[in-house]
Amino acid sequence: MFKKILSLVLVVALTLAVGLTLASCNTEDEFKLGVILLHDEASTYDKNFIEGVERAKTELGLTDSQVLYKRNIPEGNECYEAAADLVDQGCDIIFADSFGHEDYMIKAAKEFPEVEFCHATGTKAHTENLPNYHNAFASIYEGRYLAGVAAGLKLNEMIEAETITAQQAKMGYVGAFTYAEVISGYTSFYLGAKSVCPSVTMEVQFTGSWYDETLERDAATALIENGCVLISQHADSMGAPSVCEDKGVPNVSYNGSTVASCPDTFIVSSKIDWTPYFVYICEQVQADKEIAVDWTGTLSTGSVALSDVNNAAAAEGTAAYLETVKGKLISGEVEVFDVDTFTVAGEKVTEAHKADVDTDAAYTPDTEVVENGAFKESKYRSAPYFDLRIDGIVLLNQEYGD
Amino acid sequence: MEKFKAFCKKAWACIKNGTGKACSAVKDFISEPPFHVVKRAQISTKKAMLIRLIAIVAALLLCSLLSAVLIGANPIKFITTLFDGAFGSTRRIWKLAKDTAVLLCISLAVTPAFRMRFWNIGAEGQTLMGALAAAAVAHYLGGKMPNGVLLLLMFVAAVIVGAVWGGIPAIFKAKWNTNETLFTLMMNYIASGIVAYFLLLWTPSGSSVLGELPHGHMPSIINDYFPLIVAVLILTVLLFVYLRYAKHGYEISVVGESENTAKYVGINVGKVIVRTMLISGAICGIAGFLIVSALDHSVSETTVGGLGFTAIMASWLAKFNPLIMIGSSLFIVFLNQGANQITTTFNIASAFPDMVVGIILFFIIGCEFFINYSLKRTEKTKKEDA
Repeated sequence: MFKKILSLVLVVALTLAVGLTLASCNTEDEFKLGVILLHDEASTYDKNFIEGVERAKTELGLTDSQVLYKRNIPEGNECYEAAADLVDQGCDIIFADSFGHEDYMIKAAKEFPEVEFCHATGTKAHTENLPNYHNAFASIYEGRYLAGVAAGLKLNEMIEAETITAQQAKMGYVGAFTYAEVISGYTSFYLGAKSVCPSVTMEVQFTGSWYDETLERDAATALIENGCVLISQHADSMGAPSVCEDKGVPNVSYNGSTVASCPDTFIVSSKIDWTPYFVYICEQVQADKEIAVDWTGTLSTGSVALSDVNNAAAAEGTAAYLETVKGKLISGEVEVFDVDTFTVAGEKVTEAHKADVDTDAAYTPDTEVVENGAFKESKYRSAPYFDLRIDGIVLLNQEYGD
Repeated sequence: MEKFKAFCKKAWACIKNGTGKACSAVKDFISEPPFHVVKRAQISTKKAMLIRLIAIVAALLLCSLLSAVLIGANPIKFITTLFDGAFGSTRRIWKLAKDTAVLLCISLAVTPAFRMRFWNIGAEGQTLMGALAAAAVAHYLGGKMPNGVLLLLMFVAAVIVGAVWGGIPAIFKAKWNTNETLFTLMMNYIASGIVAYFLLLWTPSGSSVLGELPHGHMPSIINDYFPLIVAVLILTVLLFVYLRYAKHGYEISVVGESENTAKYVGINVGKVIVRTMLISGAICGIAGFLIVSALDHSVSETTVGGLGFTAIMASWLAKFNPLIMIGSSLFIVFLNQGANQITTTFNIASAFPDMVVGIILFFIIGCEFFINYSLKRTEKTKKEDA
């Protein structure tokens, strides 16, 4: 027994010694970006970030050794450990991609004030007041609005062809959680469709998960059986699009084109392109300039992108019409959350309406967000905070968070 | 296809009848292989260690070869990266020690039940429930009492809930002889569902991300990890003594060897099963408490992250001996940490490093065969005698 333990201790000591001699030195002074990912390339969510980083890398001429990825980092203390390790490896900027990473990024930001910490989808940068901690998001609601317009045009085509009546123009939406990001997304999608097809209604089914292929399939199937003639989704699997292809129901996708697997039913897809943000933060740090506390990518920065329209499924003239609407969104002529276009419980939303922008334990509404006749999404922080339940949209299951 | 079939038929007939020189050699090989397997009567510790060492070296060689072929990596850099990931900086060494301690704690938890041949694969859920209980106490009572009292309450809650979660399948096993493997496995999914429910309850924004709880943090001595490591080491010694020298430990061994013998000598088998699983569950609860109070300060469905299953391997590799488990846990954590560094250094998805860890563990488990058995050269029976 004693011998066994002794040999074990010796093995440990030996490996330690070998390891210490191998410890690499990080004296080189080149610029480095560290990227913390919740999963890896196998997840469409993380893949979108990796592609953004890789494009920015090419654009800025960074070498492989200047970009370090930490894959499969859970939303716990491991995130802090990964960030600290990246600091040790000489990173000047550390980026994390998942909402639950935020608290651990803040912890690291406090400990390493000389390093910049950037976090996508987070909500706390504007209240933490740390000079080296930043949030970022994109006005994806504009992309969803455009995708909604494409959906509305498709509905109009179906009404004209008398496949459905105007009253049957009902869309289905598969959502992950009743979280502001999802609410903002499905509402803008609905308002886009309503802008061209006034009789449209929508039903939303939540899955309670960001990625669950079976639940997403089931939700889409239930919506179609409930009479929905067009489906869109905000969850990360291929569940909903593939059901639509099987049943021949038009689908508006998210996070990249699904035309390869759904050639007959895919209309268009919106997504966030993170390349501009990565280029921005790298350039700011290399030029010794400050990074914005809250950065919101828009249609004009190229952060909100639409895929090519699939003419096999979309209504005629969709692509050209979307270009016009896109121009109007950029110029400000059209506002996505124009309070004249929707009501809440029959009432128009007034300027006194407050949303929960500053995160607190009780989630109290704290900021007036309606100005000049529109709900200003992503103005007071980059992450969405639109959480009104507007008329025309029915939530089939509300247990998530309500 | 037809031709191939005919060829096979012919070849088989040829081998069966032993016609031709080559065929007779094949026939000899099949009927009398040059090696055969013999069970070893006993093996010296030194020799067993040597076999294990050879297995590890062979596994590393195979992995370097694969890395050269599949990802075009320099094999030496591949191995050094593996070590660099685990030992490359003071911070990494602390992380290695901390992760080892957490895995060790859960491995300790499954050990008493395994020694009893009660196949508890529910450590994942038992730990998660412990973590949830600790987080619930911190969530509801945090800030309303001194931190020390809060930590104590978190500890007690985690231990009780962990024990209950482990005790339920044990009671069913003792009373109605239900299958504990399935039962404990299913309890994992229920635990994860319960955590999901509470996350929705605690986060009205609907994000299901609890975030860092402000209260109930374990005090930092030397650093955040040190108290946790010490706590687990103390637990290791306690469990070793309990299993080796206490009457309970002896009863566990007897029940594990044969339930009938245990009944014959007057051991209440049902009582031992339930008591042991309560202890297993309670230690899982301690692990959950440590994760929440010293590391995450939060809880989610992925808080335990599969450690409940990895722990089974750590416990098994150590032959259910708590002291040797320090080494097996360290080894597994070393591999994982090294593999993660490989994904960063070579910028590849995690599938390849996972494969590497799998290959190395396969070699180590596989080498047990050569520790229990040896290959002996078959002495040729002389043709002339036949």
